[in-house]
Amino acid sequence: MEPLFAVLIGLFFAAAVYLMLSKHTVRILLGIVLLGNGVNLTLFTAGRLTREVPPIIPAGMDALPAGAANPLPQALILTAIVISFSFFAFLLVLTYRAYQELGTDDTDEMRLAEPRDEQLPPMGY
Amino acid sequence: MATPATTTAIDLSAALVLAPTALADWLVVAPVALMIGFGAVLMMVRKSVRLHGAIAIAGLVLLVLLDAALLWRVSAHGPVTMVMGRWLPPFGIAFTADLFGAVMALAAAVVALAAGIFALRDIDAGGRRYGFFPFLMLLMAGVSGAFLTGDIFNLYVWFEVLLISSFGLLILGSEPEQIDGALKYAILNLIGTTLFLIAVGYLYAIFGTLNMADIARKAASLRGTAPLTTLTALFILAFAMKAAAFPVNFWLPASYHTPRVVVSALFGGLLTKIGIYALVRVTIMLFPVEREALSLTVAVAAALTMIVGGLGALAQSDVRRLVGYVVIAGIGNMMAGVAIGTPAAVSGAILYALHSVVAMTALYLLAGEAARLGGAWSLSRLGGLWRQAPWFSGVSFLLFIAAAGLPPLSGLWPKVALLKASLDIGAWWLAAAILVSAFLITLALARVFLLAYWRPRPEPAAGTVAGDWRITLPLGGLTALVVLFGLLPEPLLDLAYGAASGLADPAAYVESVFPAATMERGAVR
Repeated sequence: MEPLFAVLIGLFFAAAVYLMLSKHTVRILLGIVLLGNGVNLTLFTAGRLTREVPPIIPAGMDALPAGAANPLPQALILTAIVISFSFFAFLLVLTYRAYQELGTDDTDEMRLAEPRDEQLPPMGY
Repeated sequence: MATPATTTAIDLSAALVLAPTALADWLVVAPVALMIGFGAVLMMVRKSVRLHGAIAIAGLVLLVLLDAALLWRVSAHGPVTMVMGRWLPPFGIAFTADLFGAVMALAAAVVALAAGIFALRDIDAGGRRYGFFPFLMLLMAGVSGAFLTGDIFNLYVWFEVLLISSFGLLILGSEPEQIDGALKYAILNLIGTTLFLIAVGYLYAIFGTLNMADIARKAASLRGTAPLTTLTALFILAFAMKAAAFPVNFWLPASYHTPRVVVSALFGGLLTKIGIYALVRVTIMLFPVEREALSLTVAVAAALTMIVGGLGALAQSDVRRLVGYVVIAGIGNMMAGVAIGTPAAVSGAILYALHSVVAMTALYLLAGEAARLGGAWSLSRLGGLWRQAPWFSGVSFLLFIAAAGLPPLSGLWPKVALLKASLDIGAWWLAAAILVSAFLITLALARVFLLAYWRPRPEPAAGTVAGDWRITLPLGGLTALVVLFGLLPEPLLDLAYGAASGLADPAAYVESVFPAATMERGAVR
C-alpha cells in the first residue's frame, strides 16, 4: 500500500510544483492547495497505513488491538488542514484584492513595491 | 478517565502527571497564555480604540517581566518543562524553556514593548480599528510559543500563528504597494512553512515521536539506518527560507519596506530570527552529526548571504529597503555560526541574534523617524537631519556603528566571536566574507549618514521636531541596550556560551523532559 501512496504523493508534488512555477497568481494558489494536500497525505502515510481498525481499546483489554490505526497523524493532519484552509481563504481574498488594486494577476507585472525604474542612491552631494 | 471497571489495575503514573504542576513551572507557558489572553481582550474592546494602547502596553510590560522571571529561573535551575494536559512526554506536548529559548524570548519581549510604545504614535486610529494591537499580541504569542515549545509539530503551529498575525500586520492600511508586497511575502512564507511540515512528516516517520528531547535521545541509535542527513537538509532549507538566507531571500526585500515602519521594525527584528532560532535548535541540538556533513553547503550559503546583503544595501536609495539588506547580511553571519557548529561559533551566532533583534528593530524605527523628519524615504531627497535634530542624529550615529559591527558597540562582539571561530577551523574564506560584508554595510550606512544627515537639505524642511516620549523612549531605550552590551559584554557573553553549551550537550534539556529518577513517581519538575 505504501508504494502506491508514495507515487500518489509524488504526483501531487509534481503538479503542485508545476503550478507554482507559473507567474499567474491563481495558478500559484492552486499549486499551494495541491502542495498542502500532498503534505497531508505524506503525514498520513508516515504514520502507518492499515485497514480500518479504529484506535479504540476494546472492553476487557488494556491495550490497542494489533494493527490498529495510528491516531496521532490524523490529529496532525486535522491541524494542518485547518491551518492550510484558513491560509488559503486569506490568500484567495488577498489575490482578488491584488487583482483589483494592481489590475493584473501576472507576478512579473506587479512592480509597485519594487519599481523597475528605481534609481541608485546619489554618488555625491 | 473512562476506564472500564474490569481494568482498574492500570498504572496511570506511567503516562500522566498525577501531582499538580508546581506554580513556578507555569512560568513556561505564562508568556504565551498572557499574550493570547490580551489579544482576546483587545478583540473584545476593538471598538473602543482609545483603550487599545494602554491595554497593549500593560500586556507587553507584563510579558517582559514574565520572560525575565523565566530567564532568571532557567539560569538558576536549568531547563524547565511543563507538559500540556498532564500527559507525560512523549505522549503530551511539552513546553521546555532552556537558556537559549528563554533569552531569545526576553529579547523579543523587550523589542515588542519598544515597538508597542512607538506604535502609540505611529499607528493612527484607523490602524488601531483595523486591529494593530490584537495582531501584535497574537504575533508575540506565536513568537513566545516558538521560542519555548519543546515539540517540533507544536513549533510548526506557532510558526503558523505568527505568520497569520504577520499577514494582518503587513496589510494594515491596504495600500496597493502593501498588497503587492504582502502577496509575495504570504505565498513564499507559506511555501517555506509547508516545507517545514514535510520535514516534520518525514521526521515522524523515522522517529515515531515529535518531542525534541526524545528525538535528541534517539538520534544516535538511528544514525546508521535512517536517512537523517536528507531530513536535516530539508529542515535547513525550510528554516533558511524563513530566515531569508540566500538564495531563498527574495521575499524579504520585496515586502519588508511596504508596511507601517513599526511593523517593519518588528518583522526585521523578530521574524527572521525565529528562522535562525529553529535552525540552531534543529541542527545543533537534534542533528549535530548531520549538520557536520552539510556544513560546507551552509557555510557557502552563509557567505553568499552576507555578500548579497552588503551589496544590496549599497544599491538601495530607499532607507527601509537598505535596512532590509542589512538584516539579510546579519542572517548570513548567524548562519556562519551554524555552519561552523563549535560551541564558540554557536555562542557567536546566539550573541549575533540577540544583537540583531535589538539593533535591527532600532534601525527600522530610526529610518521611520528620519523619514518623518525629512519627509521622504529616498536618500536622494533626505538631507539636513544633523542640523534639524542633533540628538536624534547622535543616536542614529551610535546605532549605525552598532549595526555595522564597529567597536565599541554591540555589533562588535558577535563578529569577533564568529571570526575567531572560523579562523580556528581554518575557514579563512568565511572569515573574509564576514569582514567584507561588514565593510560593505559600513559603507552603506556611512553613506546614509553622509547624505541624510550631513548634506545640506535639498528641499525645505517638511517635518517638525518635537521631543515626543513615544519616540524618544523606545529609540533611546534600545540604543542604551546596544551601548550597554557593547561596553559591558561579559554577562551576555557568559549567557550565550551557556546557551550554546546547553545545545551542544542537551543532557540537561533531556533530563528536564524525561527525569530518569522521578519517572516512576510520575512527577515532572
